[in-house]
Amino acid sequence: MTVAVKIPEDMELIYEYPEAMTTTYTHYCPGCPHGIVHRLVAEVIDELGIREKCIGVAPVGCSVMIYKYLNVDFVEAAHGRAPAMATGLKRTNPDKIVFTYQGDGDIAAIGIAEALHAANRGELISTVFINNAIYGMTGGQMAPTTLPGMVTTSTPFGRDVRLAGYPVPMSELLAQVEGAVYVTRQMATDLVSIRKTKKAIKRAFMVQLAGLGYSSVEVLSSCSTNWNMGPWEALEWVKEKMIPYFPLGTFKMTDEVKALKVK
Amino acid sequence: MGKGMVVIDVDRCKGCGLCVHVCPVGILALSPDTFNAKGYHPVIVTDMEKCTGCASCATICPDVVFTVYRKKRQPRAVPVPA
Repeated sequence: MTVAVKIPEDMELIYEYPEAMTTTYTHYCPGCPHGIVHRLVAEVIDELGIREKCIGVAPVGCSVMIYKYLNVDFVEAAHGRAPAMATGLKRTNPDKIVFTYQGDGDIAAIGIAEALHAANRGELISTVFINNAIYGMTGGQMAPTTLPGMVTTSTPFGRDVRLAGYPVPMSELLAQVEGAVYVTRQMATDLVSIRKTKKAIKRAFMVQLAGLGYSSVEVLSSCSTNWNMGPWEALEWVKEKMIPYFPLGTFKMTDEVKALKVK
Repeated sequence: MGKGMVVIDVDRCKGCGLCVHVCPVGILALSPDTFNAKGYHPVIVTDMEKCTGCASCATICPDVVFTVYRKKRQPRAVPVPA
């Protein structure tokens, strides 16, 4: 329901619905940062004017239906295989902009080999990686990024590091390989961090436009439903509990990437 | 009419309340007694006069509910050197 409102003539438009998003309602839970990051990707695509030549690769996870929400071409990959599919797409269509949108269960568990090797080969693709420390879609089981001691449905007494190991620092791993040129970790929990995340996503897309190499943006995010918290409380929890294990920052940025001017 | 103005797409709202937390002038609230088509209590503006058009609500909204307008800035009069 959109109510027709008369806008006074002396007002100018500051923010409107991005062109690269469809008007479909999302299926995400209330307050899910997936919606925020979808919007940031759409805004970046609009600002760079690349909507007509963008191809996204959707993951398996909560964001599996991103192809319904972004108004760009999309393909759906098998679980974890988004970087492999994006590699094929980019090599056969070098004039297109190919990006993958993946969750932590997708990139850090079943798809860690594909992601690391795509980065190592220096494929000209961009990855947006949402880390919320849990498998959201399947009902809140332990993910590789789950924090030690964190209670999930498959670790009811908390993650025991002697049995299940420590959280996988995905961005630090990706930063080690030669082919990755821009690897950063941001969060989408408050106004400042959301603006920084948008800038990082824009830089990642510009890296691909300039043909420099593999770029990845990890975004710390929340899952209020499976963490059993309210939306705002969950965002506060990210800042308080996740930052010690997943410090924010840019882990790799070559001089050519640094030279790109991101407005 | 104040400095800014927001238009709310009521049926997109899921009532998560993130915008209520970030609004710097505190004029957003979840409607206590109405529902939207999805069955959530949607966000409402309690006092549009106070809106500054800062677009903080639009920045954090996961469901792109807000369209934001702001009064055009008048060009400052530059004194002409004699």
